[in-house]
Amino acid sequence: MTSDAVIRIRDLEFRYGEGDFRLRIPELSIQSASSVAFAGPSGSGKTTLLHLIAGIVTPIQGRIATAGVDVSALSDRDRRGFRIRHIGLVFQEFELLEYLSVLDNVLLPYRINPALDLTQEVVERAHALTEQVGMVDKLRRAPRQLSQGERQRVAVCRAVLAEPRVLMADEPTGNLDPLNKGKVLDILFDYQKTSGTTLLTVTHDQDVLERFERVVDFKEFHA
Amino acid sequence: MKQTLYLAWRYLAFHRVKTMILLLSITLILFLPVGLRVLVNQSSLQLTERAEATPLVFGSKGSPLELSLNTLYFRSDFPEPMGHEEQERILETGLAPVVPMYVRYHSQGHPIVGTSIEYFEHRALAVGAGRLFAKLGECVLGARVARSLGAEVGDAIISSPENLFDLAGEYPLKMVIVGILDHADSPDDDAIFADIKTTWIIEGIGHGHQDVSEQDATSAVLSREDNRIVANASIVQFNEITDENVGAFHFHGDISHFPLTAVIAFPPDQKASALLQGRYQSDESIQVARPSEVMGELLDTILTIESFIVAGAVLVGLATLASAALVFSLSLRLRRREIETLFKIGGSRASVISLMLSEMVVVLVSGVVLAGVLTVLTSQYGAVLVRALVRM
Repeated sequence: MTSDAVIRIRDLEFRYGEGDFRLRIPELSIQSASSVAFAGPSGSGKTTLLHLIAGIVTPIQGRIATAGVDVSALSDRDRRGFRIRHIGLVFQEFELLEYLSVLDNVLLPYRINPALDLTQEVVERAHALTEQVGMVDKLRRAPRQLSQGERQRVAVCRAVLAEPRVLMADEPTGNLDPLNKGKVLDILFDYQKTSGTTLLTVTHDQDVLERFERVVDFKEFHA
Repeated sequence: MKQTLYLAWRYLAFHRVKTMILLLSITLILFLPVGLRVLVNQSSLQLTERAEATPLVFGSKGSPLELSLNTLYFRSDFPEPMGHEEQERILETGLAPVVPMYVRYHSQGHPIVGTSIEYFEHRALAVGAGRLFAKLGECVLGARVARSLGAEVGDAIISSPENLFDLAGEYPLKMVIVGILDHADSPDDDAIFADIKTTWIIEGIGHGHQDVSEQDATSAVLSREDNRIVANASIVQFNEITDENVGAFHFHGDISHFPLTAVIAFPPDQKASALLQGRYQSDESIQVARPSEVMGELLDTILTIESFIVAGAVLVGLATLASAALVFSLSLRLRRREIETLFKIGGSRASVISLMLSEMVVVLVSGVVLAGVLTVLTSQYGAVLVRALVRM
C-alpha cells in the first residue's frame, strides 16, 4: 500500500440483504491522480464498489478510506457531505433531468445541495466546462434535444463541477457509438490529467480498458 | 429554499399540461362553494332589496310567487288579471297610495310595463333623457333596453304580437320613445314603460280607426241606421297614436273591468298595512302578497338547494384531492430514477422531499390565489353576473 493512495480498502465485505451476492476485498489501494478501470463479469460487484467508495452504501465489515476519510465510519449525513465535496459521478444512462436545461443540469449538484453555494463563480465555471466539451452553445437546450454523446458530455460536466478528488464513471461509454465513445473518454482523461483527480471507471469494453493506467479484475474478489 | 423552488418551478413548467389540470381542479374545488355562496348572497340581496321596497301587492287569487315575480321583476307567466275597479277599491280605503300594473306584452324581448307615473316616484327612477310619458302611445325605456336597442328619444318601438297566428288578436302598436331612464341597477333597466291605457290599447280594448261618420268613408260602412253605423272589415285601423289621430282612439266597455295584473300599495305605516291586509283577508277573488315574505320563502328554498350543491362540491373536492394524491404518488414511482440520481449526487432526503413538497405547495398556493381572485371578482361583479343570469 503506497503512502499517496487516495483510496484504501481493507477486509471489506458487502452483501445486499439476504441475497447470494457477496463482495469480499481483502485489500485494495488506488493511487491519487491515477486512472483505474474495474473490469469483470456482470454481477461481480464493480458498480457496488464504486457505491461503497462514494459512500452511497456501507459495508457490513471492513474499512474504506477515501481521500483520507474512513467513509464506512461516517453517518448518513456526513457521508453525503463527503460525497458532495470529494466524489463526482458519471452514469451509464447519463441520468440528466428532462425538465432542466443543459446549464441547469450541470448546476444541479449546487441546486439540490444546500451545503453548496451557487455563486457567480460556479456559474462561470459551468460555462467554462461546457465550453471545453463543446456544449456552450447548447446551454438552453433540453436533454431530449441532445445526442447521446452530447448528453454524456453534459453528465461529465455535472460530475466535475464541484472539482472532486475522485471521478467515478459507471460504464460511461456503454450507450455511445465509437466516435462519441472516443470523445467522452478524451474529455474524462483530459480532465483527470489537468485537474489531478483520480479516475475510476467500470467498463466491459476492451478498447476502453487499454487506455487506463491500471485495470482491477474483479474475478479475484468474486466469492 | 430559492434553489428548491426554482427546481420545482422548472418541473411544473415542463409538465405544464398536468400542472394546469391540477391547478384548475384545485382552483375549482376551492372556488365553487365560496363563489356559489357569494352569488347566492348577491341574489338574496337583490331579491330582498326590491321586495322590501314593495310593501304590498294586490292581485287575483293564485300563486303569490307568480304575482310577485311578475310585478317586481316583470317575469313569470302572465297572472290571472283583476279588474281596474280593485285599484279604486283600495284607494277608497284611504290607507295607501297605489300604483296599477299591467305586465303582459313585450317588444323585442323586453317587457312592456303599463303603469302610472307614480311608479317612477316610488321606485326613485330618474329620467336621464327626455321626459316621462304623458299621452297615449308614448313610452319610456329602461337604460339597458335603450342601450341594447340603440334607441334614442324620438325613435319608435313596436309591441310584439302575443301570438303570430292569432288573426283575431291585438294589433302591434307603434310607440314613440319620449324618455330614457337613468341606470337603476334593477329590473326597471330592462323594461319599457307606458301608461296603463296604452297597454289596454295593445290589448285591443281601446283602438283608433277611420271616422266612418264622414261621407268619404262610405266604402268602409256596412250599414247605416239612424245614429248607428256598422263598419266592414276594410275600415282603416290606426297602429300608431299621433296628434292627428289621438282623438279617434276610444275604449269599449266599462273601464272598471279593464285588466290589471297587480296593484302595488304603499301604506305609510304598519298600522295602515295591517288594516289594508285585514280588509282583504277573507276576499274570495283578491290576494294580498307581501313580497318580502314571498321572496324570503323563495330564498329559503334557494339556500336549501345551495347547501346541497355545496355538500356535493365538497364531496367532489375530496374526490379530486384523493385523485390528485394518487397522481402524485404514481408520479413518485415514475420519478424513482430521478430521485435516486438526486440522492447519488448528494441530495439529502430532506432536500428531495422539500423539492417534491415545493411542487405541491406551488400548485396549491397558485390554486388558492386563483380561487381568491375569482372570489374577489365574483363579489365585485356578482351583482352584474346575477342580473345577467336572471335575464337569460
